[in-house]
Amino acid sequence: MNTEKLSNLAMNDNGFIFDPESGYSYTANETGIFILKRMAAGMKQQEIFEQLSEVYDVSEDNFNSDYSHYMLMLEALGLVAFEGGSLESGSE
Amino acid sequence: MKKTYIAPNIERNSAGNTNKYGAKSVVRYQDKIDGIPVKEIVEQFGSPVLVLSESQIRRRHRRLMDALQMHYPKVRLAWSYKTNYLGAVCNIFHQEGSCAEVVSGMEYAMARRLGIPGNEIIFNGPGKKRHELELAIREGARIHIDHLDELYLIEKIAQELDLVPQVAIRVNMDTGIYPQWDRFGFNYENGEAYRAINRIVSGKAMKIVGLHAHIGTFILDAQAYYYEAKALLELAQRMKDELGITVEYIDMGGGFASQNTLLGSYAPGEFISPSFDQYAEAIGAAFNESHFVSQNLPKLILETGRALIDEAGYLISSVVGKKNLPSGERAVILDAGVNTTITAWWYKLKVTPTRPFPGAYQNTIFYGPLCMNIDIMRPAVPFPDLQTGEPVLITPTGAYNNTQWMQFIEYRPPVVLISETGKLELLRPREELDDVIGREMIPEHLRSQ
Amino acid sequence: MNPDLSKLDITIAVTGLKTGDNPQPGVPVIRSIRSAGFTGKMVGLVYDSLESGIYLDDLVDQVYQMPYPSAGADAFLNRLDQILERTQLDVIVPTLDSEVILYIRLAEELKRRGIHTFLPTEECFLLRDKTKLESFFVPQGVPVPKTVLLTSISQLNTLHEEIGYPCFIKGRYYEAFKAGTWEEAVKHFYDIQSRWGLPLLAQQIVPGEEYNIVIVGDGEGGTIGMVPQKKLVITDKGKGFGGVVVKSPSLEEFARKIISILKWRGPCELEIIRGYDGTHYLIEINPRFPAWVRLAEGSGQNQPAAVVLKALGQKVDELPACKTGTMFVRHAEDIIADISVMGEVSAKSELIRR
Repeated sequence: MNTEKLSNLAMNDNGFIFDPESGYSYTANETGIFILKRMAAGMKQQEIFEQLSEVYDVSEDNFNSDYSHYMLMLEALGLVAFEGGSLESGSE
Repeated sequence: MKKTYIAPNIERNSAGNTNKYGAKSVVRYQDKIDGIPVKEIVEQFGSPVLVLSESQIRRRHRRLMDALQMHYPKVRLAWSYKTNYLGAVCNIFHQEGSCAEVVSGMEYAMARRLGIPGNEIIFNGPGKKRHELELAIREGARIHIDHLDELYLIEKIAQELDLVPQVAIRVNMDTGIYPQWDRFGFNYENGEAYRAINRIVSGKAMKIVGLHAHIGTFILDAQAYYYEAKALLELAQRMKDELGITVEYIDMGGGFASQNTLLGSYAPGEFISPSFDQYAEAIGAAFNESHFVSQNLPKLILETGRALIDEAGYLISSVVGKKNLPSGERAVILDAGVNTTITAWWYKLKVTPTRPFPGAYQNTIFYGPLCMNIDIMRPAVPFPDLQTGEPVLITPTGAYNNTQWMQFIEYRPPVVLISETGKLELLRPREELDDVIGREMIPEHLRSQ
Repeated sequence: MNPDLSKLDITIAVTGLKTGDNPQPGVPVIRSIRSAGFTGKMVGLVYDSLESGIYLDDLVDQVYQMPYPSAGADAFLNRLDQILERTQLDVIVPTLDSEVILYIRLAEELKRRGIHTFLPTEECFLLRDKTKLESFFVPQGVPVPKTVLLTSISQLNTLHEEIGYPCFIKGRYYEAFKAGTWEEAVKHFYDIQSRWGLPLLAQQIVPGEEYNIVIVGDGEGGTIGMVPQKKLVITDKGKGFGGVVVKSPSLEEFARKIISILKWRGPCELEIIRGYDGTHYLIEINPRFPAWVRLAEGSGQNQPAAVVLKALGQKVDELPACKTGTMFVRHAEDIIADISVMGEVSAKSELIRR
């Protein structure tokens, strides 16, 4: 997955995200910003889950399903790009 | 302790879509119904399950009686069977003092099964059949005549049986509300109603004991009832003056709105539906102004159903799955849809979580389990992130659901009553295959594949 | 004498902070309250994080985002309780049509939370509904242009007999379009119906001059203040972006009569047409201050300040006569801010300046 764009975003802890390149701003919830910050730092799904599950009470199955949804949202917003077009291969 | 997890979410900001309330949810939760944990109900009866509260039904009935009697003492409520004709529900209303209001031969039979005598039944409806009318006349029911053909038929039956049916005519009129219901009964303004009364009198076969109108459903303008009562009472006065007939009762029909919100309405029901007091005041004003009332003290009958029971009904339904729509909205698939909750087509039903939620929420659409695009339980509403298997409450669902529900691809859910003493009573178990195919027959040549 | 709020140590909340091409009355209402000497805490209740008043540094001390009225009473009260954990609220002045009924119906809940309002009774509020104006006011001697309640498109076929063209086709809550012919009426009918639903209204156009009056009724049939204006600038959306205070005893008498019939309590705006034959017609009663309410303060009547005191249950004398010839011209200006201000409001749904 191409997450290059994420490193340019200005994110604050409240969940407000500003993309200086496009001028768009976004609001993410608590877990949304948690994941996004770690993606911007180059972490992969498994690593993010490990960190998230230390803070939040969540099963891996539940997280994986939500994570895929979240990636689709980010892709729809043009913040990440799937390489090869497939979610499976992209999310590893 | 770990924090409660919510699904990650992100939205692009633009003018008009930034209506969020930050870290806190404004959605209230409810984990009990009449003191009984939702969890316990689901464990015992499964999901979905329709729950009715006996104490709430009785409370509403008493509230309405009190509100009406503040303005006019001689009041009787008639339980509108079509709103909810489970025997237990009808008997709650009968115990509270309501008579029965039925609109078909089937409902008539239901009232008789419960032991309601004919003279405690008001028989309304535009489609009464000959054998149904015969029975009702024999048993002394109050028959509310809808059209001239029915009038002639009743006359004929009366002569054949040599009985005098007790009748009222149904009147329709302009009370300033939209849409005006003019397909039922006889019109007031153009004199049709009075001509029908004249016709009954000249036929000498029946006794006119009342006047009836039912101006519509979900009437949001209480003042409409003032105009309705005024018209009926003027008609009663004219009958007395010109024909020497004094009616015993004025039946105002039903149509009081519940706190539900109509789909097309911007403002929620709680901000626009009139209260019982507002309806009672409008009706009372017309009664107390009327000369006919002060001279004859007719009985005031009301057949309002929805406003008495809608809020006493809770559908517990659970999350089957979730998905994100291309629109950015969250979709939740519930195990109950419009098949069990047909009122979802008319109202923005309220969905309430059954546990507290931290954090923000997103626009969520609630779908039912049917393979149909129209199976929408609740159009988009801001909601916290639900987890699979988790129950929510769909309210108010006490009116018209378990009389209009469909047997389409799913078994219909159980109905449970929470009694006044807090006991869970099963009124109707979940359907099984035999309930669906039990009356089905397969011809010999189609018995094998 | 105009109210003096300089000694008032309370918190006042005002809704509707959007200015721009279709301005809401919140910002001018706050300005008027401030100019009555109020130095206490001012809270803005907003729906959208891009409501422009949020970005004015000197306007409000705190901003809180509210759920839309369509979200229902529970959501509203729940959010209010969250806000009350952060700040007390003593008076709320709602300024938007769609939220007034909510504040009226929840008056008891608000009072229990120590929040005061100065609003009409529900009965009074309902009588000013566009669909009721003619049937209620005409028998009381207040002319209203002939109005037909439209519940079906087929009614347009007989409209030329009933009121004739041109006429206005109006939505029940918002929007009004002039129709010169049956074809135009049909187009507007479908247009409005698709946005606001049925019923619609067809209203006769009375040729004449339009006047707008901002009023605070005392709830007993009298008025605490009244300022009539004639619009000088009208935008292509029909909004008055400039106006002048006029003096017309017959117009004021007409307005007083309407307020005394309704026993209106709180702020409102009357739209009145004076026909060329001199007859006055009531067109609409808006249940809130108009966006041009600063003209009241500017011409000598600080009506928003009076509403604050009345909400608190204080006695307020009739405001001094307004100065005829006072005018306003609306001026739009760009506010400069950092995107983080928007970030505060959109992510936290609140902005605490002080």
